[in-house]
Amino acid sequence: MSSKSTATKPTTDLSAYPAELLLELFRRMVLIREFELRAIEERRRGLIPGFIHSCVGQEATAAGACLALGPGDVITSTHRGHGHLIAKGGDPKRMMAELAARSPGYNLGKGGSLHMSDFELGILGANGVVAGGIPIAVGAGLAFKMRGESRLALAFFGDGAVNEGAFHEAANLAGLWKLPVIFFCENNLYGEGTPQSQQAAVADLSIRAEGYGFPGVIVDGNDVLAVYEAVRSAVGAAHAGEGPTFIEAKTYRQRGHYEGDPMVYRTAEEMEKWMARDPIPAFRKRLIESSDMDEGTLEETVGSVMEVLDEAVEFAAASPLADPATALEGVYAETHDGLVF
Amino acid sequence: MREMTYSEAIRETLCEEMRRDPSVFLMGEDVGTFNGVWGVSAGMKDEFGPERVLDTPISEIAIIGAGLGAAMMGMRPVVEIMFGDFLMCAGDQLVNQVAKARYMSGGLADVPLTIRVATGAPGSAAAQHSQSPESWFMNIPGLKIVVPASAADAKGLLRTAIRGRDPVLFMEHKMLYATQGPVPEGDDFMVPFGQASILREGSDVTLIAIGGMAPKAMESADQLSRQGIDTEVIDPRTLVPLDKETMITSVAKTGRVVIAHEAHKRSGPGAEIAAMLAEEAVEFLDGPIMRVAARNAPIPYSPELESYLLPGVDEMVQAVRTLMGR
Repeated sequence: MSSKSTATKPTTDLSAYPAELLLELFRRMVLIREFELRAIEERRRGLIPGFIHSCVGQEATAAGACLALGPGDVITSTHRGHGHLIAKGGDPKRMMAELAARSPGYNLGKGGSLHMSDFELGILGANGVVAGGIPIAVGAGLAFKMRGESRLALAFFGDGAVNEGAFHEAANLAGLWKLPVIFFCENNLYGEGTPQSQQAAVADLSIRAEGYGFPGVIVDGNDVLAVYEAVRSAVGAAHAGEGPTFIEAKTYRQRGHYEGDPMVYRTAEEMEKWMARDPIPAFRKRLIESSDMDEGTLEETVGSVMEVLDEAVEFAAASPLADPATALEGVYAETHDGLVF
Repeated sequence: MREMTYSEAIRETLCEEMRRDPSVFLMGEDVGTFNGVWGVSAGMKDEFGPERVLDTPISEIAIIGAGLGAAMMGMRPVVEIMFGDFLMCAGDQLVNQVAKARYMSGGLADVPLTIRVATGAPGSAAAQHSQSPESWFMNIPGLKIVVPASAADAKGLLRTAIRGRDPVLFMEHKMLYATQGPVPEGDDFMVPFGQASILREGSDVTLIAIGGMAPKAMESADQLSRQGIDTEVIDPRTLVPLDKETMITSVAKTGRVVIAHEAHKRSGPGAEIAAMLAEEAVEFLDGPIMRVAARNAPIPYSPELESYLLPGVDEMVQAVRTLMGR
């Protein structure tokens, strides 16, 4: 077993990838970015009542990881989860409606940003608790393994989550039972407002995998193809019965922990440095320089994303608000002849 | 009818459900080779193999969290938490994830998860291995809380839990494991949730007894009967959902009520039942609603101190006599 932390090499040759995949990676990244910016705007305008923890700057991790998964694979997500949902195929209309607390929202207005899910797409939910989704992903992987299904679960989590007990118990179990689970850590350098360097004694969180008997790899989380390759390789290992992989994607959250965060904890220089490494312009540049893709195709893609988001906002705004009469529904599946709980 | 122990009734039901449905499996600390620390799963690993009777690390978060994930993916896990006290190790998974998964998802998540927990004081097990944690979780919408007091109810309620679609905290009192009782045969014997059991009919006073207190309440009723007091004993069987109707009907008949449980008195399950009766049945009451429960200190190690702290037959008899003005 090799459990040494290894950094994956940056991908340079795009000719090995189908044009459809490259364009889809680009489209999903743009869709995630623009969805977040629209959601932030619509929150300011009052359409969205709750908190937003935006993933602006982390589009490459979501898109690269989810496009490397099969349709039967499942994910668990985090408080910064919109990107994961979109990358896994989530419908921007139903997402926006959920954020706007409308009845056709994914979760009938009961979940909101922190708890959005679509079980048909294998999205087992964003999560309001740091590391809360990781044991759930391990349980999904256990179910797949018990039934002999060629499926796997990928748990997204941040750098803060690896200091939670839930991560350690889940990683131990998954490593012990060689479950088809990918531990995908988006290391964006900050756990809320505290730098990762003040939260852990190690800089590379991927080395924690070694303690649980499975490999940890480091990848440039702002390089969508590098992320895609790392996850593809982990998918292959899971399907081969080799068990979990820990992928640490080094990335950066361009905006605050939540919208309105004063961000007193980081410098303008640091932010500028990372803005220059924005994953979307970087990928766009590579597509133009190293593939047959032309500016026109990419502009068309951006335009179509904007239309999708216009429709999503219109759909949300025009949909009925969640009805208070539904507030007590769905606490249980079975209510035992209408007994009061 | 055949007789068997509470423990055997649970084991038989687990085996029957695992034979019937390949999605049912058992997971927990020492449930396999060790046969369960309470001996409940004796021999099950031999019959079903290590793939369906899974010995886990000592990791309550992972046990309950993985149970949730597997349940969401269509399995029907039965997970065992060795001591109710340890539920707190898995607090987030139980309270924030398991209990709320269905609601937060707008009904998309099915959580057919049974969490078996050994509760109550087995004697000199002290503060971290003796608690009765029912009411810690009664305040969390989304969980069902089942407290079987007899072998037959253990069997019928466990089957309802396993075949249901909601997460269930199935609380097995340690001192009941070895108790014997008649248990119906047949794969389909089920006890519905939300139906209290009237263990003994009576006209003078209603004694509502939870879990391990139920057999002791029957003993108390026998003593009281010899003193000319006719006690109706009710076992709620499930705390969530709660069968209010049976309790209110009984109180309407007797006009007096004592609620007994081994959990601590302050905010124990009796507080909820008392409040419910005060709200909905006060016009029937001829005296105060009384509670017999553990005194409000951690459970001590010393048998003398423990016995002082925990409620028993004498405390129930005394409470009823006080209420009767005797």
